[in-house]
Amino acid sequence: MNSSKAQSEVLKSESIVGGDTAWLDLSFAWFLQIIALAAIALLFWMGSVIFKQAFPAINTFGAAFLTSQDWDVNQLQFGALTYLYGTVVSSAIALLFAVPIGIFVAIVTSEKLLPAWVRSPLGFLVELIASIPSVIVGLWGIFVLIPILKPIQLWLHNQFGWIPLFSTETFGPSMLVAGVILAIMILPTIAAISRDVMASFPSDLRTASMSLGATRWEMICTVLLPASLSGIAGAVILGLGRALGETMAVTMVIGNSDLISASLLDSGNTIPAILANQFPEALDELHIGALMYLSLILFALTLAVNVLAMFIVKIFGFKHQ
Amino acid sequence: MTLFDRQLTKPLPLGRTLFSYGMNAIAALSTALALLALLSILFEIFRQGLPGLKWEVFTSLPAPAGETGVPSGFGNAIQGTVLMVAIAALLSVPFGILTAIYLSEVGKTSATATIVRFVMSILSAVPSIVVGVFAYAVIVLATLFNYKGFSALAGAFALAVIMLPIVVLSTEEALKLVPQQQRFASAALGANSIQTTFKVVLASALPSITTGVLLAIARVSGETAPLLFTALFSQSWIENILNPTPSLSVMIYNYSGSPFPEQIQLAWTASVVLLGMVLLTNLLSRLITRKR
Repeated sequence: MNSSKAQSEVLKSESIVGGDTAWLDLSFAWFLQIIALAAIALLFWMGSVIFKQAFPAINTFGAAFLTSQDWDVNQLQFGALTYLYGTVVSSAIALLFAVPIGIFVAIVTSEKLLPAWVRSPLGFLVELIASIPSVIVGLWGIFVLIPILKPIQLWLHNQFGWIPLFSTETFGPSMLVAGVILAIMILPTIAAISRDVMASFPSDLRTASMSLGATRWEMICTVLLPASLSGIAGAVILGLGRALGETMAVTMVIGNSDLISASLLDSGNTIPAILANQFPEALDELHIGALMYLSLILFALTLAVNVLAMFIVKIFGFKHQ
Repeated sequence: MTLFDRQLTKPLPLGRTLFSYGMNAIAALSTALALLALLSILFEIFRQGLPGLKWEVFTSLPAPAGETGVPSGFGNAIQGTVLMVAIAALLSVPFGILTAIYLSEVGKTSATATIVRFVMSILSAVPSIVVGVFAYAVIVLATLFNYKGFSALAGAFALAVIMLPIVVLSTEEALKLVPQQQRFASAALGANSIQTTFKVVLASALPSITTGVLLAIARVSGETAPLLFTALFSQSWIENILNPTPSLSVMIYNYSGSPFPEQIQLAWTASVVLLGMVLLTNLLSRLITRKR
């Protein structure tokens, strides 16, 4: 690493002293630098444009926007709480399902529980889910997942109706269905990153643990998982980031209600879903502003979550070498 | 002898055996659930969509709602998806590759390069609907060439922003794989940095760069959220990139909630075509690097 750096330093100084084409090399480097700075500027441009468009709404509603449940296009009264609540709750349900399943899939595809010729196609198939466009997953959700989950939702209501979470009769589309479909969509993220983390775990430590008498699962639970914890946490948070911003599949199965309901079997709404539903018809400046305000909140939320994930992976990442 | 034998083959205590079996069962169940979801999606798309896959769907416009017996299809939506993805690629591939060249050939470990990498990974995590909102604010709300409103250009711009980080990060990986000696050899023969970069480094990294670009194309071909309120939709053929433009993904979304069975059938068939396009592009990208 060091020597190649020194070599490239030499290369650079040589070419600058080199004569006729020195100015060409320099201007090429400057040109590339400007392009790269433009790439950085893109993110700030995005943030500032959305902020500027959201400004009328920020000015009118201020921080109360976050705690108000009103969303009335005709009266021009806007509040984000319903959508914020739905975004957080549907993502939480998704994590509840996707985290355990994702970790088990990662274990199955990285550990030697199965022969290699079964393991690698398995990993490939689970990752294939990520390449299916979300609108297609949503179509499947409407016509397959909702009918499958309907009896389960009815059963939950009949058996546990006294718990507020299951207190309403379902129509089919609901917060729970949205959570399940989100779980399917973030599963490949969690499984693939956790698998990479586990695969980079030195096999010496595995064999050391097993030679001391641990069974394979004891080794996994006492050695592999504790050591991979930070990487898995990073994977889970990246999955959360995806779940928060996922639009199409959720919009198609959540039922798009404008009220907060304690019941998971009731229809709900999320920030991406309301953006998808109302942007094409938004005309009033304040309405557009309120939608922009919502996008700004979503932007900030996913930014924070992803920076946190990168931070965790970088700071607590593997230091085996 | 028998005592020795017994000690050697002493079975695990019941608790530990049960733990192993239990965990095996849970792991198998979890993996089966994940696969079941995938297979159910693929199976259902093909079961519902394939019967409607006739030649006419590629060549005709969607029939007016409720009309049966007339040729109905989504030729215009295929046209729109291909057009917007192509414009997006034209915008973001050159820009992305130049940024990647900066990262691997000029910036390397400098502060600017580190910030560019950080910003690119942040950008790749921005929800696609937020990128759509950005394109809406920049292009739909602005007046371009005396036209204000939804257009293919706005949709393509949103897709380009989504493609950019994928192209940059994958191209940088590809360029880093080119051995340092090749750059030295080129410089030793008297090439300047432009010649070295384009004729030596880019040329030998070309297959892996193509893979990254194709993956980015596959990813954005299925995007719906950023097109909903930038390109919108239209029932007719495309005449101008400054008009509302149909796409396969938005069509699937619009028709999925339709009360007409013919439109729902069209949505399933469009899903087969879209999924086929996405998976083929994915497969192609893998083949290119394998051949090398």
